[in-house]
Amino acid sequence: MGCARSVPQMVKASRGASARSRDTGSQAGTSWADVPFPVLVADRHGRLARLNDAARTLLPLAEAGGWLHEVAPPWLVDAHRSFAEGPPASAAAPLTGPVGDRMVTARPTASPDGEVVWWLLDDTDRHRAETELRGEKQRCELLTDVSSTLLSTLNLPRCMEVTAALAAQHLAEAAVLVSPSQGRHHQLTYACRYGDVRQVARRIDPYSVPGLPEALQGFPPVPARWLDPGEIPDWVLPPGFTAAVGSVIVTPLPGHGVPAGVLILLRSGTERAFSGGEENFARLFAARAGAALSAARLYTEQTAITATLMRELLPPALSSVHGVTYAGNYRPASDHERVGGDFYDVHPGPDPSRETLVALGDVAGKGLDAAVLTGKIRNTLHALLPLADDHQRVLRLLNGALLTSHHGRFVTLVLASVRRDGNRVDLRLTSAGHLPPLLVRADGTVEEAGTRGTLVGALPEVTAQSYETTLAPGEICLLYTDGITEARGGPLGDELYGEERLRRALTACGGMPAEAVVEHVQMLASQWLGPGGHDDMAVVAIGMDRNGPAPAVTPQDTTRRNR
Amino acid sequence: MNRPTTTAGLHEQLWQAVVAADEYAAVDLVVQAMDDGVSGEDLLLDVIARVQERIGSEWAADRLTVAQEHAATAINERVVTALSHHRAMRQGKPSRGRVTVCCVDGEWHAFPARLVAEILQLRGWQVDYLGAQTPTPHLIAHLHSTNPAAVLLSGSIPTHLPNAHRAVTACQATGVPVVAGGRAFGADGRYARVLGADGWAPDARAAAALLEEGLTRSVTSAGRQALDDLPHLADQEYTMVVQARPRLVRQTVLDLETRFSAMAGYDDEQRERTAEDIAHIIDFLATALYVDDAEVFLTFLTWTAHLLEARKVPAASLLVGLDILAEQLHDFPRALRILTAGRSALHAMAAGPPALAEPAAAGADA
Repeated sequence: MGCARSVPQMVKASRGASARSRDTGSQAGTSWADVPFPVLVADRHGRLARLNDAARTLLPLAEAGGWLHEVAPPWLVDAHRSFAEGPPASAAAPLTGPVGDRMVTARPTASPDGEVVWWLLDDTDRHRAETELRGEKQRCELLTDVSSTLLSTLNLPRCMEVTAALAAQHLAEAAVLVSPSQGRHHQLTYACRYGDVRQVARRIDPYSVPGLPEALQGFPPVPARWLDPGEIPDWVLPPGFTAAVGSVIVTPLPGHGVPAGVLILLRSGTERAFSGGEENFARLFAARAGAALSAARLYTEQTAITATLMRELLPPALSSVHGVTYAGNYRPASDHERVGGDFYDVHPGPDPSRETLVALGDVAGKGLDAAVLTGKIRNTLHALLPLADDHQRVLRLLNGALLTSHHGRFVTLVLASVRRDGNRVDLRLTSAGHLPPLLVRADGTVEEAGTRGTLVGALPEVTAQSYETTLAPGEICLLYTDGITEARGGPLGDELYGEERLRRALTACGGMPAEAVVEHVQMLASQWLGPGGHDDMAVVAIGMDRNGPAPAVTPQDTTRRNR
Repeated sequence: MNRPTTTAGLHEQLWQAVVAADEYAAVDLVVQAMDDGVSGEDLLLDVIARVQERIGSEWAADRLTVAQEHAATAINERVVTALSHHRAMRQGKPSRGRVTVCCVDGEWHAFPARLVAEILQLRGWQVDYLGAQTPTPHLIAHLHSTNPAAVLLSGSIPTHLPNAHRAVTACQATGVPVVAGGRAFGADGRYARVLGADGWAPDARAAAALLEEGLTRSVTSAGRQALDDLPHLADQEYTMVVQARPRLVRQTVLDLETRFSAMAGYDDEQRERTAEDIAHIIDFLATALYVDDAEVFLTFLTWTAHLLEARKVPAASLLVGLDILAEQLHDFPRALRILTAGRSALHAMAAGPPALAEPAAAGADA
């Protein structure tokens, strides 16, 4: 028998084996015939010379003397042909391909008489594991992407857009996000894989889609299920989704106590169920989307509540009243807040012949707690307006009100009663423990108003001395809080801005419009600031409106409200 | 409206009224022009914006003080306000999407942003104008509650570019594209690109055109960080220079006093002014380190030199100042390269004719 020569060298001939058929190399004993992997030997022309038992199990039709191309898959036949024509100079990468329902890796070796021995390795399990691993990795990456995208926005419509678009891209061909009802309408977000996302508010009948009402009402999530496309009402189909619907699935989005909505997924073509991995992925997607949507919904609600509560605490927009220009600017201590412990208000007199009351103050403390107290003080001052002729009385009443309240904070403030009289503005200024106002004369001289008083809300009695003066055209009265003068920074990093620098800066402001002075002072203080943070900073400037006594109502500049 | 002669004439008249702080003449002028049929957009951009540019360049050339600049700007702002109340400017319901216009955190020059806001409103956009020095947290909160189609971010002073970068990445992380504009981003918009903005517009018309073309929403990259755009920041030079700023200023002032004899006679105010100048130089150095481009530093340095000369302060003090800084920053190779380039620029300036520069891209408010 010449077969022993033709098997690869690593297989040693042995005497042990005897009762084997000729074509398995019976003389070989512990020969390649016993190798637990399929081995085929074929000649150059593709005729099978020998094969072992394992090969016969893999290829039941194969037998010695038969043709390789009649029993083996084409990829192996091709590989045999090219190897027989001339083995590659270097070891080629192993070939892998399907044989029946198995995945097989094939390695050829040449024998000296021109035959080719194919060593086959059943790789099905490894291959399956690799495919699953790859899929899992992709899903994991995708989920990370999806999570980042969903978490990036707290805007509810945007979050719905993103959810629908991602679902259409990764879970189905089209998706509809049905959000919980607002009145009789539902917000519907449509997305197609290659199209725009569209949002509409529509009246829909949730009962027209099986499972939708329960999902919307937040019953325990039913397993995602495919529906008969015939049961689907027209409103479910996204505009632009022209393909015939093959399958539909309704997936509730868990919102953790907040309704998050329902996702309807559509695929064209034949009904197709999720594979295990896909189903798991869809569930994870729904969990992420639900969490993001409920966070966005909560944020939106909280923002609306905060905005409503904050509206009364925000500094007012100032303009000209009764022939006098008022300008103000407020910068809260922390950049993420809009309110703080400084405040100002301008209460116009009932007519141009009566005084307008300006109040600017500083509540001890910063942040929301201080801001809430500024709201109370502003309301109290508003109620005391009829008594504004007598600043001392107003301060006494405010002091009483603060002493009897529970918060135990005090306030310093300046009151200014202002009246335009021909070509001048009459001013009565009273400081209650606050920095006295500065008067910027037309020639750039800066004077300090001679008013002194005790702070309000700390002692049983308050005393204060008023100061009367007038403003000529181009002159400014500046009320400010200590956030300006106590701004810490400068080129050396730790110096206070100080009253001296403020006065020096104001000498350049003679004749400037009130808004420009306010902006100038705020800018100088802000530029002075180092990185160490700052206190609330409020500035109000009072100047003559050069237009002469203005009409009672002036248009407010709404576009500048945020300045 | 093709009335070039009219707008040119108006420009001069408005300039006169604005520098004279004559608000009423200024307002009357544009209201009359509006009544005569000059379009609001032409008035805003070909008259009012030009006057504002002139205010800026007059200040830069030291012919207007900061206070005067503010006064003139306030008058010009009132002109815009008056114009926006004119019946011909009133818009019906916005026909386009919603956009946000704001300034970089720390930026006080709100006028260019204001003009952009007005123009976009005229073009039918629903505009939220957040004004000067918008703290980035406010901007982001605003984006979460309004979901605009784009943010238009305005910056005039280059030292705010690091803040601008924070705003750009924060906006994009929420999925909102950013169009940058203003002198801070460079005459050719190079810093807008460096900072990864989705677009750059040299003026309000270009900004409107970009929006009309449509911007694609940024591909959200919540994981993106400053280092991804600007890998050179990994050397920490920017961070350390910013952190060491007060110490650098103090040491430089001290050393200048011993090496630069003229300083001995300075009073406290002059000394503080010198310290401020040094602080500005360090701020611009830090900015150059941030964007990794010496140009932003050199432009500021040569402008400062011209300004000092105009104020009869010898620019040689600047050279000494740069030397002192270089000694303190001897471990910082990028900073040293920038300072060396600064020295060469100052030497070249001293050798050449003393041209009074139009310091378009420079500037820091004193």
